[in-house]
Amino acid sequence: MTEISLQSQPDLLVDYDRGEQGDVDTEELLINMGPQHPSTHGVLRIVLRCDGEMVLEAVPHIGYLHRCAEKIGESLQPFQFIPYTDRMDYVAGMNQNQGFALAVEKLAGIAVPPRAQYLRVIFGELNRIASHLVSFGTYGLDMGAFTPFLYAFREREMVLDLFEAACGARLTYSYLTVGGTTHDLPEGWVDRCLEFCDYFEPKIDEYNDLLSFNHIFVKRTAGVGVVSAGDAVRWGLSGPCLRGSGVRWDLRKALPYDGYERFDFDIPIGRPGGSDRTVPHGVVVGDSWCRYFVRMEEMKQSLRIVRQALRDLPGGDHIVPKFKKNKTVKLPDDEVYLEVDNPRGQVGFYVRGDGSAIPARVKARGGSFCNLSITSHVVRGCLIADVPAIIGSIDVVMGEVDR
Amino acid sequence: MTRFWTPWEGRPRPHYSGLSALLAGLGRGVYRVAAPVVRHRWFAAPVFFGVVVLGVVFVWLCGLFNEAVLADYPVLRDLLVVTGLAIFVSLVPVFCIWWERKVAGRMQSRCGVMRVGGWHGWAQSPADGIKCLTKEDLVPDDADPVLFRLAPYFALTPVVVAFVALPFGTYWVFRHLEVGLIFVLGMLGVEVVAVIMAGWASASKWTVFGAMREACQMVSYEIPLGIALLLPVMTVGTLNLAEIGNAQAGGWHTWLVFRSPFLFVAALVYFITSLASCKRAPFDLPEGESELVGGYHTEYSGMRWALFFFAEYVAMFVVSALAVILFFGGWNSVLPDRWGEVLGDGYLARAVRGVVFGGPLWFLVKSFLLIYVQMWLRWTLPRIRIDQVLYACVQVMLPLAMVLLLGHTLWELWLPPELIAARVVNVILAVIGAGLLLAALAVIIRSRLNARRLVGYLAVDLLPGA
Repeated sequence: MTEISLQSQPDLLVDYDRGEQGDVDTEELLINMGPQHPSTHGVLRIVLRCDGEMVLEAVPHIGYLHRCAEKIGESLQPFQFIPYTDRMDYVAGMNQNQGFALAVEKLAGIAVPPRAQYLRVIFGELNRIASHLVSFGTYGLDMGAFTPFLYAFREREMVLDLFEAACGARLTYSYLTVGGTTHDLPEGWVDRCLEFCDYFEPKIDEYNDLLSFNHIFVKRTAGVGVVSAGDAVRWGLSGPCLRGSGVRWDLRKALPYDGYERFDFDIPIGRPGGSDRTVPHGVVVGDSWCRYFVRMEEMKQSLRIVRQALRDLPGGDHIVPKFKKNKTVKLPDDEVYLEVDNPRGQVGFYVRGDGSAIPARVKARGGSFCNLSITSHVVRGCLIADVPAIIGSIDVVMGEVDR
Repeated sequence: MTRFWTPWEGRPRPHYSGLSALLAGLGRGVYRVAAPVVRHRWFAAPVFFGVVVLGVVFVWLCGLFNEAVLADYPVLRDLLVVTGLAIFVSLVPVFCIWWERKVAGRMQSRCGVMRVGGWHGWAQSPADGIKCLTKEDLVPDDADPVLFRLAPYFALTPVVVAFVALPFGTYWVFRHLEVGLIFVLGMLGVEVVAVIMAGWASASKWTVFGAMREACQMVSYEIPLGIALLLPVMTVGTLNLAEIGNAQAGGWHTWLVFRSPFLFVAALVYFITSLASCKRAPFDLPEGESELVGGYHTEYSGMRWALFFFAEYVAMFVVSALAVILFFGGWNSVLPDRWGEVLGDGYLARAVRGVVFGGPLWFLVKSFLLIYVQMWLRWTLPRIRIDQVLYACVQVMLPLAMVLLLGHTLWELWLPPELIAARVVNVILAVIGAGLLLAALAVIIRSRLNARRLVGYLAVDLLPGA
């Protein structure tokens, strides 16, 4: 199995220090947080070199979940490849579908009807909420707070019920496809969705009281894994990781797609401790707490967008009418690369057509892949107990890292 | 659970021989007898409660018998008491494991165990015990053969032996030890050895990490724990746990926790340090840490792991029992013992007095209440990192405990309990304590009434088949 790591072959033993302090023989420990581990989100292997509790170096080894999705894209038509995009970042399937569909539509010059755009925005934002709930729950679980995880999944059940009513699936939707969405909304779906929004909004404040401002949680995550804004941009971070470092960059505002310019929402970024009375003391811009809290605030903004979209939802076709019968698209001899802002970062799709219905090359740029690369830079000098804190705050899904 | 797997006739059967055949036959017999009981819901709950009530009555009769007759037959008395204690010590983890899962479920807006045994999954613990017994006897290749097998017994035996000195009532103690408190603390301290043995003998870097963290944590927190426990000892003037309990027999306000503000805070300090000593959340670094899988007991499975688990729950009971005896009135109820003397002297009067004014019932109720608080904290709070744990111990708990010790010494010196000022403070603290208890009750009642809105429908509506 090929291991992809930072350098071609990192030699972890090159300065393995068999040090002697006084008359006590101290060695550095090589520890393997192996692919099976309760708190690496998925099959991630990290080899830590530590001096006691303190980590000197960490090298992530990935590739355990590689499924050759990009190669498969070279033998399938775009609408057939949509389910494969689901499985990449399986927690945010709708957003993945949306990204690939947009790329193919840009390549082939397809204009989607407005109702389809609004539906994509609604489902994308609902999936953002669901994805951030998973991230919030599992981060609490990593920190030892077992209960918020179940509260997050209780709320997620409602979102998944909404998704199941619309498209029949709870995780891998393949709902937002090239040209629009596969089905229209069932009767009463809009009211149910509004009910959910009203139910969920106070819950975010409840979770903030339960976990975000909990003193123990703040002590575990504040000041841990600080990524400066310059570093974040240089290492190619995106999504909440980038915004947690104070960089105000969101593709939905900077390069809007699918009609995001119609909606009014804010972009939360990381703020230093003690500012405006919500951020606890000890928090540094760019630490794990900021990255985590950006996600909590993004859930509120997503609710705003969903409410506006439901209010203004136009009638009409949910998909380009021609595609209702035959979804085959002839891709011109051209290439396109388009990025969208997913819950985990910017996910980009590169599609090169060659005149036939099947693309010549499909590449997916995973947000988690680039975000994970900062791990080795950031864990130097922190304790072993901080490693799950950092990885949890980066919020990796290995399906997206390995594809 | 409404149906059982019915095996078909020609299925491949394992062939047992010798002792295994005997055990398999016994197991099959037990299954045939127990399955109908477990299967029918309406049958199971009365059986369960009937067993509990019969057990309590049996123990009560033994107590009367013990007091009246067995004083002359020490060996027989010892045998009876040891049997009773062994049964109790086995039942505490069995009950607590089920209860913990129910408490966890309720707090997480779900139902907890519901299926094994019909009524709210009461048979889950015995079923888990049987499962652990039948698991493969797994010892890692690199593990130290003797220490690996020895460690679970080093964990369980000391906490069970601590019951030798732990009184459940004035005469409900195996041995009246004049140094009872030190004995119990010493036994709790032997657990550290077991943890280090388990971690080291498992021959894995992760387990060694867990063991070293645990050793650090437990040993460090023993110091503020011991200092906090010195305060009630100083107040009553003896290490004998039975006498400390008897000193609190005058009603709610005579409980040692309300005697002075220093004792009030010392109870809190003791409770927190005992959480660390039991490795319960938020101090459960050594065991439940997400990056250590299981900490020192990662490599253990089956009955060995179950013994570590048992040791944890029995230790929880022991430290709660210590807190109850030393701070919260022991086996005395909230009513003063004097009020019980109006009842007279017959058997019935003695029984009523025993139930209402003292006796193991109140002791058990209070201990299990403290265990509930421990579970409550576990499912609410995140975990603390090891350096923060040690910081909290050495830089917060230890100075606080020393200040409390000094303050209480001076309090006892200058404000003996006969002075009006001391009595006033006593009453104020007792009122505060009663207020806190009533506030907790109010919160519980309000949340039960509003369960659907607060917790969600999944924890309130039982799904069909539950």
